[in-house]
Amino acid sequence: MPRDNGLDLRGLVEPDRVHRRVYADPHVFDLEMDSIFHKVWIYVGHGSQVPKPGDYYTAQVGRQPMIMVRHTDGKVHVLYNRCPHRGAMMCGARHGNVGKAFMCSYHSWQFDTDGKVRSIPLVQGYEGTRRSPEDPDCSMKPAARVESYRGFVFASLAKDGPTLTEFLGEAKIGFDDMCDRAPEGEVEIVPNCFRVIQHSNWKIFLENQLDALHPAVTHEAAGRAAFDVEKDIERRTGKAPLYYHYLSAFTTPMSKWDQFQTVNYPNGHCLLQGYMGLRPRDPDTLAYEAVMRKHYGAKRAEEILSVNIHHVLLYPGLSVQSPLQQLRAVRPLGVDRTLTEIWHFRLKGAPEAIYRRSLGYYNLVNSPATLINADDLENFWKCHQGLASDGGDWVSFHRNAGQDDEENGVIKSRLGTSEAPMRNQFRAWIGMMASGR
Amino acid sequence: MAKKRAKRPVAKKKIKPGKAVAATPKPASANGVDVQREVEQFLFRQAEILDGRRWGDYIGLFAENGFYWMPASPEQTTGEGMPSIFYEDRDLMTVRMKRLTHPHAWSQSPLWGTSHLVSNVTVEKQDPRNGDVVVRSRFHMMEFRRETSRHFAGSYVHHLQRSAGGYRITLQRVDMVNGQGPYDYVLQAWV
Repeated sequence: MPRDNGLDLRGLVEPDRVHRRVYADPHVFDLEMDSIFHKVWIYVGHGSQVPKPGDYYTAQVGRQPMIMVRHTDGKVHVLYNRCPHRGAMMCGARHGNVGKAFMCSYHSWQFDTDGKVRSIPLVQGYEGTRRSPEDPDCSMKPAARVESYRGFVFASLAKDGPTLTEFLGEAKIGFDDMCDRAPEGEVEIVPNCFRVIQHSNWKIFLENQLDALHPAVTHEAAGRAAFDVEKDIERRTGKAPLYYHYLSAFTTPMSKWDQFQTVNYPNGHCLLQGYMGLRPRDPDTLAYEAVMRKHYGAKRAEEILSVNIHHVLLYPGLSVQSPLQQLRAVRPLGVDRTLTEIWHFRLKGAPEAIYRRSLGYYNLVNSPATLINADDLENFWKCHQGLASDGGDWVSFHRNAGQDDEENGVIKSRLGTSEAPMRNQFRAWIGMMASGR
Repeated sequence: MAKKRAKRPVAKKKIKPGKAVAATPKPASANGVDVQREVEQFLFRQAEILDGRRWGDYIGLFAENGFYWMPASPEQTTGEGMPSIFYEDRDLMTVRMKRLTHPHAWSQSPLWGTSHLVSNVTVEKQDPRNGDVVVRSRFHMMEFRRETSRHFAGSYVHHLQRSAGGYRITLQRVDMVNGQGPYDYVLQAWV
């Protein structure tokens, strides 16, 4: 059996349970950086974050600090945030515009916005040396591969591997559902990123995204509080704003969550069906649906509007909530520290009232003053504490194991509370971690 | 690499030194009442109520149409239609209170407390007709939760409506100096 530092990776993952070391062992985390985050497609950002030439945004891919930048020809490049001369970071701010060229603040080397070296001061000093300014290693190093799907930009730091669309497979429905809901077929990012750090392993967050067993328990307090106020507003005014329902939906009892199916794709991606009933019959929704029919025709508009998704998880680092245009990028910082970067989008061509729904969810659920994630993060911390202890070795994913339907590599759980999404994530995890070992 | 060096961007506007600011602002008073002292007492009482976790009393400081607002970024001039960290009317504040006091608000189980200091209180505007004021101040909040301290600091702008029973808040704007950095855990209550 291949081993790394005494680690028997395949021994840590069984079809229905995993060893706690996959969450708590810093050595496993190091291997994850190399074998997963520095290899597969990792989300960098959305093209609308950098609308003009010279606009850039920094992003972490695994452990690598990268820059997403729009070049003068309109193409988006992803470069290492590092000067090839003496290694200084090129962009110290999180985002901005570099104008025509990047300039290193240390010795004033300049680079075009595709990373190619543009000028070196007193360049004659390199004459007769082993380094020619024409060498590719005098330019900023690009990510090995960059691809985008409907404006969502991904980078892979490995030269070889499947294309982005091959990697996403059918799970690209997360992006399709979000973009198709825009009458113009495109979304535009709202330039604000909420960032929250959780004291737990990154995989605990991913598992929770499709865990239909937890909302009724974890979010009981927030759900109940919102339900009470929602009823009170209805008594006073007849109708409460829709965003109360985002929160009060968490009072749905545990047994009801079984009605929502999960769909589990290759490479660890998974989908949870919608439960919030986001197609009300109020005047705003009807006006929006009329715009959709105008752009797409009645048949296609109906197809788009009847898609019913809650979350799509794009393994290993992205959660897309397409009907409310929310996106959470997961950036592992250490074995027990994880950053989430949270964004939301406007549907191009949709009425303002529809954007306000997305905004309501963003503010109430995804802001740093979240009424919901406060209790999730508490549980994630507790999980990590327990998994770092010697109180037991195995984490159980036995729920409804062996009772799911598989067809062409896609696993559909008959019940919403099946632990199929966790089993699916670890199926991908061990495939990526143990490949070549 | 034969390209011309890109010019460094230069600041276009010349920056001039500003005019001297009067060291002592005019004493704010209305009909002989010391407004400065009144608003200070109001802000100090609000901080005490918050640190005492008296959530209901805290909401009671707000007018019926009042808002507690923490913008997502300092340039914002309105919370309407814009991302905010908090943008809560009294109904949403009531949801927050009810969550905090629910026995199953799991994140409330560790020992948790705050201490607010409010200072640099300046009455910026005063309406001579009704006594309403706009007040700017600075705050520093230390929070202790599960063995860890966090610090938040920034400015408050209170829009206070004068009524028979004292001031009530129509808008409280909170801008934290460290509000745009990554949050280590989240904010459970108003700052």
